[in-house]
Amino acid sequence: MSHRSFIWICLLPLVAVTAAFFLLPMARLVLLGAQGPHGLAGYLAILFEPRYRATLINTMVLASVTTAATLAIATVSGIFLQRHRFPGRAVLVAMLTFPLAFPGVVIGFLIILLAGRQGLIGGISSHLIGEKLVFAYSIQGLFLGYLYFSIPRVILTIMAAAQKLDPGLEEAARSLGAGPWAVQRDVVLPALGPAFVASGAIAFATAMGAFGTAFTLATNIDVLPMLIYTEFTLAANFSTAAALSVGLGLISWAMLALARSLSGGTVAATG
Amino acid sequence: MNAIVGHGASVHIEACAKTFADGTLALAPATLDIARGETLVLLGPSGCGKTTMLRIIAGLEQPDAGGRVLFDGVDITAVPIEQRNVGMVFQSYALFPNMSVAENIGYGLKIRGVARAERAARVAELVALTNITGLEDRRIDQLSGGQRQRVALARAVAIRPGILLLDEPLTALDAALRDRLRGELNRLLRSLGITTIYVTHDQAEAMELGDRIVVMRKGAIVQIGTPREIYFKPQSRFVAEFVGAANIVEAPVADGRLMLPGGVLPLAEGDTHPAAVAMIRPETIAIVAAEGAALTGTIDSISFIGDRQRVIVGGASDKPLTIDAPNTVAVTIGDRVGLSVAPDAIRLLPEHD
Repeated sequence: MSHRSFIWICLLPLVAVTAAFFLLPMARLVLLGAQGPHGLAGYLAILFEPRYRATLINTMVLASVTTAATLAIATVSGIFLQRHRFPGRAVLVAMLTFPLAFPGVVIGFLIILLAGRQGLIGGISSHLIGEKLVFAYSIQGLFLGYLYFSIPRVILTIMAAAQKLDPGLEEAARSLGAGPWAVQRDVVLPALGPAFVASGAIAFATAMGAFGTAFTLATNIDVLPMLIYTEFTLAANFSTAAALSVGLGLISWAMLALARSLSGGTVAATG
Repeated sequence: MNAIVGHGASVHIEACAKTFADGTLALAPATLDIARGETLVLLGPSGCGKTTMLRIIAGLEQPDAGGRVLFDGVDITAVPIEQRNVGMVFQSYALFPNMSVAENIGYGLKIRGVARAERAARVAELVALTNITGLEDRRIDQLSGGQRQRVALARAVAIRPGILLLDEPLTALDAALRDRLRGELNRLLRSLGITTIYVTHDQAEAMELGDRIVVMRKGAIVQIGTPREIYFKPQSRFVAEFVGAANIVEAPVADGRLMLPGGVLPLAEGDTHPAAVAMIRPETIAIVAAEGAALTGTIDSISFIGDRQRVIVGGASDKPLTIDAPNTVAVTIGDRVGLSVAPDAIRLLPEHD
């Protein structure tokens, strides 16, 4: 047996698994999307059918806002945690990365415990202002849940990037007369740019496709994964569900590809 | 005064010590005066406290309580670095990767709110001065090590600092480039006439660049002097051995002569101490005919270096003597030779330092 054919034989299991679980269902999904009453135009429905379009926009706005808020919070805390040593720091870092261990449904449950009808915030607010604040089942609740599970992914990337930053850069800027704000604006944030792009893309893609949290909370919010679920299981509208799935995949993939080209190939798709 | 730099400030450091958070004493209380326009070199092995001293002057470290730093007589101990008007060059250069060469050089002026046109003129002036014409629009990662060093220097000088602080600016370069840039840097610092504090562990750099050298060891200043004083009149064994090559000879003294196993060497000083530790520089020992010589030995090895030859002679002293002889002297291993040293080239040192 030649060396080359040996390698091919070793690759066979991978080829079989890829074909069985990835390529074939994917091809079937793409075909299915074009087999509705409108044929290929089924794919355009995601853009032109008002309900689908509203959901798409809704989801993208939610993902964008989540990404922006996550980056802001994770940058400030990530740089702080990287620069300072204090008692309990290790515990805090562990807690911040804890949500990585939870499935979306548990995070949804936590949000209900916090801001649901029997939630903590409602209890406190009814004591203080006589009105029970409940927002777990709204877009704000979903935003909070997404924020919670996006922060760990971003904060770890930012902390790693901040660690690699040459402390001389900040000292040089200060020696040239830059105050604390100017140092952050001109030196630290630009140096963290690639980390923002990489972790931001992952946060965005994750927020676009997260299902568990949405399913637990979203009784009256339409986000794309929920729409796919309802079209598929409740309406048995397979071709629309397939078309929406392909659309969701394309948007997330495009974001990651864009981020990868901007940041030089350090973005791994997760979520 | 000079058009490139506004002015130089004088520096006074008073009882500045630094103890790190873990309790290690990085710098014992040090007092030092640096004159306006002077180039002072802080020289010593790694961990001797020279960088800590520089960072205290820069304002990147605070001295322990009681220490004070004065620029032109004004106490600036509590003033942060961004208000001290110091130019600083780092060992890593610390150039901003998100800015072009010209933006790097102009950054300090931009922060100071200097108008765009004036800034551009000043940047052009420094680009010409540091010989990096044509590189203005390059990114930092497109520059060689030597070019980065020039940009870092131009950036530090652009703000017309009162004091220029350089932390091992040539260490990251390879040997040939380092020698060339050392000469260039020397001419540039002389022409700027700015007060300069230069940290290095390289004694050749210290000799060439310093008006005065401060030799440091284990967090303390061990000697301050001109390069000639440091080289010819070291006050301790450590300085003698750290700066240049030195033969350290331990021998009894009788009748103003050093009594060595291979003969005697007359001393200049009327030293009556019964024993001495003496330093003899390799280039001050002459190889002469063995007959009639006061000190003799046998040649153990010869290394031909080019401009000179390094000869090791055994049997003359308690340890083999290193001699830098002219490259024309004909010697062979095993030769019995006489050695002569001018009495004033023998420097007596304290036995302990």
